[in-house]
Amino acid sequence: MTHVAETTPMTPVIQLSGVAKRYDSAGAPALGPIDLGVAKGEALAVTGPSGSGKSTLLNLVAGLDKPTEGAVTVAGERIDRQSEHALARFRRAHIGMVFQFFNLLDDLTVADNIQLPAQLTGTARRTAADRAGELMELLGIARHARAYPGRLSGGERQRVAVARALVNRPALLLADEPTGALDTASGQDVRELLVDLHRGGQTIVLVTHDLALAEACASRTIHLVDGHVALDSAAQAVR
Amino acid sequence: MSRWGTGALGRVVRSGVGRRRVQLVVIVVSTMMAVASAVVAGSLMVAVNAPFDRAFAQQNGAHLTAQFDPRKTSAAQLAATEQLDEVTASAGPYPTTTVEPIGEGGGHLPSLTVVGRAEPGGTVDKLELKSGRWAQKPGEIVLSSSFKGPMLTLGSTLKSSDAKDAVTLTVVGFALSASETADAWVTPAQAGTLAPKGQPATQQMLYRFEQADTSGQITAARKQIAAAVPSGALLGSQSYLDTKQAAEQGAAATVPFLMAFGVLGIVMSVIIVGSVVSGAVGTGLRRIGILKAIGFTPREVVRAYVAQALIPAGAGIALGVVLGNVLAVPLLANTEQAYGTVSLTVAWWVNLVVPAAALLVVGVAALVPALRAGRLRTVEAIAVGRAPRTGRGQWAHRAAGRLPLPRAVTYGLASPFAHPVRTFALLLAVVFGTVTATFAVGLTQSLNAVGSAADPEERAAVTAIAGGGRGGGPAGPGREPGTVGREQKPAGREQPAGREQQPAGQAPAPASADPAKVAAAIEAQSGTASYYGLYEEEVRVTGASGAVRATFYQGDTGSGSYEMISGRWFEGPGEAVVPTRFFERTGTSIGDTVRVTLGKDTQTLRIVGEVFDTSDDGMHLRADMATFAAAKPQMFQIDVESGVDAVEYAEQLAAKIAPLGGHAVAQEPAEAEAMIILLDAMAVLLTLMLVSVASLGVLNSVVLDTRERVHDLGVCKALGMSPRQTVSLVLASVAGIGVIGGLVGVPAGFALHGYVLPVMGDSAGTNLPPSVLEVYDAVQLSLLGLAGIAIAMLGAMLPAGWAARTRTATALRTE
Repeated sequence: MTHVAETTPMTPVIQLSGVAKRYDSAGAPALGPIDLGVAKGEALAVTGPSGSGKSTLLNLVAGLDKPTEGAVTVAGERIDRQSEHALARFRRAHIGMVFQFFNLLDDLTVADNIQLPAQLTGTARRTAADRAGELMELLGIARHARAYPGRLSGGERQRVAVARALVNRPALLLADEPTGALDTASGQDVRELLVDLHRGGQTIVLVTHDLALAEACASRTIHLVDGHVALDSAAQAVR
Repeated sequence: MSRWGTGALGRVVRSGVGRRRVQLVVIVVSTMMAVASAVVAGSLMVAVNAPFDRAFAQQNGAHLTAQFDPRKTSAAQLAATEQLDEVTASAGPYPTTTVEPIGEGGGHLPSLTVVGRAEPGGTVDKLELKSGRWAQKPGEIVLSSSFKGPMLTLGSTLKSSDAKDAVTLTVVGFALSASETADAWVTPAQAGTLAPKGQPATQQMLYRFEQADTSGQITAARKQIAAAVPSGALLGSQSYLDTKQAAEQGAAATVPFLMAFGVLGIVMSVIIVGSVVSGAVGTGLRRIGILKAIGFTPREVVRAYVAQALIPAGAGIALGVVLGNVLAVPLLANTEQAYGTVSLTVAWWVNLVVPAAALLVVGVAALVPALRAGRLRTVEAIAVGRAPRTGRGQWAHRAAGRLPLPRAVTYGLASPFAHPVRTFALLLAVVFGTVTATFAVGLTQSLNAVGSAADPEERAAVTAIAGGGRGGGPAGPGREPGTVGREQKPAGREQPAGREQQPAGQAPAPASADPAKVAAAIEAQSGTASYYGLYEEEVRVTGASGAVRATFYQGDTGSGSYEMISGRWFEGPGEAVVPTRFFERTGTSIGDTVRVTLGKDTQTLRIVGEVFDTSDDGMHLRADMATFAAAKPQMFQIDVESGVDAVEYAEQLAAKIAPLGGHAVAQEPAEAEAMIILLDAMAVLLTLMLVSVASLGVLNSVVLDTRERVHDLGVCKALGMSPRQTVSLVLASVAGIGVIGGLVGVPAGFALHGYVLPVMGDSAGTNLPPSVLEVYDAVQLSLLGLAGIAIAMLGAMLPAGWAARTRTATALRTE
């Protein structure tokens, strides 16, 4: 496994304590209970088979779902007890999300898609546009600024999605199978992008089936099986 | 079994119907309301469409009601008139007389033409017994249903005259004669006893003719009858055409109003039902893809989706027919009361045509998208997961994004442009809803203005009667104390034929007080604010055939003035004001002069104004009393000072003028006319229904949009859109439509009001004054403009809340 970041960050950006999630009160939990900490600047890859709880874990960290038990603290905020409104504000401020199927809004241009999270926070139009322009330049999609997502390739769309995720300079970038819907070349493209971001100090949680991606991008990998951490590369390293 | 009742297709249809409950409810409720509105509007339109003709046909009404002198012709001769060429049926002879009855309170009731008939049925003029029973023995009387009211009910008694030996008659029933052949019916034997001593009861014959469409045909047949009996035997007659004209005058006024509401209701029903059903099919594309993938043929898919629309729509249509009938019944009862026609029910064919048309609309609305669904490629349907994005509306997002508004709002504002057809249907629903609200508000105000403008004499607090009238005027025998100024019979009804034998003005006049002394008493009475005297009599006007009713005023008419349509109220002797129809009948206009004869005194009066007055068939002249020396006040209308109790005032004044032969009563608060109450009720009911249907249309559209966009909303929420921003996004998506709907709907409703009201007035034979036509003010129009937004917001509130509450993770998983 290649660790991109050599230093061991000290400040935990994510702290999960005894977190479990049940969708069926009578059934087994889809996740946990687990304890997990992710430090600032760390790139965590979450791997595991389908139904192992990867997406559930990501949703809990993003504040898209609430745990049945346990505490979820992200960027210093306990988010498992917050209202929907507070969670929305939390996501705006601290979370950037990249999805497998991009989840770009088809009726907005590339530039508008990227600016959207900034505009939701009330950022001035010019400031948001400048930041979007900066990211488009950085990610090599500036020429598509006025295009609609439907006209872009998969790799380009995912770059737009990454730019959108970064527009508010989030403490945490969450990526759910970011190469899952891409061809090999585009997948490689996105992989390099994530590596670059991590090198730049961005904290990343990456959910993927793709072990090669995890190896290339992540400083730490956990492997989930039936909702529990079956393997944690950090613990292995300690041993 | 049915084509979709069993097997795989049946299960698909049933699960499809039950799967989306909100849409199911919207389809059921919107079709129900739309069909109910159409049934109510349709049945009322049918009911008021030629109500006289329908009643007349049902009763086999008399084309001619003829009165014969029994001293000049025999019953056999009269019976033989049935054999005349033109006569197809006849009834009679019935003994007929006129009585001047006295009510239970001792007051004079309107004179009644009383006919002796053994039974209500017969070959001609089959009377409809509205309540009670037929008169079976002496002392019983059946009154025309137009007299039914608080003062005359079943069991009431009345005396045949104020003579000591007058017969006491008990009201045992109320009946309706469409031909208006009589005011009351008794047994034949009783009719003979009611006739004045020494004068045998005249004989009434009722005829139906082969040809009776024109007055010329009626006149020809009448001549034939007159020739068949001894000379002078035919005393008088009444053509049904005259009765019809009077009866339809009131009914005709409501037709434009109902037509307007009917058209609004039907158009809106078609739009809403069409958009609801096509939207429901259009959003099920993923399911369609799955069905085709597992082996359903395109035809089966089409059938399944048409059935899925027809089942809830069918339930809604059935419920709508029931609801429409339930709502129409009380309105029809009011209509029946207002028009005095025979019992009205929802026409059977309305109950067939409306649901059939609704099913057709639903079928077509479902078939078009279902055919599209059937043609859709399986892979495409499954892959897209929802209605494919067309790329429409991207320009709107670009443009809206530049607006200086929160991003959630601008995103919502641009949303409608993604579905232009659905948006247009939504816009139409909002426009029609706003038109309805605007029109109904204006109409209600206009109707209330009509009610306020009518009978200004009733505005006075107290009426003092000096007496002395001859013509059944305000102080004449046709009025009861306490009901002064109020008509005892529906407006526009003519005197029955029997009344021809007793010209108006021949009734014995009650004792009269000296008007000057009554006026002095009023002047001296503390609490008097102002008063004016009235004298009502028939006059002759050059250029007008027959007598014309005239009212002459003395003193400060103040609140007694009629609403002016044009010109001004008279200011002194020699000036007159008249209603619209007077101008039409005499060919005059404002500024012209007419020669008016009262008794033997003829004066030239200049017409200075057109007044809003529909009494006396629009032929009523009003002028200053000083114009004619012979005119003296018969009654005084008095306004009392603020804080003075009108009843106490009237009692005190009555005590003073009673020794003079006068009388004073406090006016009862004016009751709104039955027709105005009916129209108000209909306007409110139809408006509520149509606005509800419009809101349901919006609800449906927004539900569809929200469902389609739930994934996008999930993305936005994942990016940090708060629930409040989500609500504002959804509401903003209809706000623009609401604004445009208001901007289009209010002027359209205003224009509809401006068009319908004059047509209604024209049907009633009058122009309308500004107080009736110009009822909107700027503030009101601005508020009505918000009706479009209100309708849109009302419909969008539910799905907006739903969108805000939807869990982000769930929304993101939704395809």
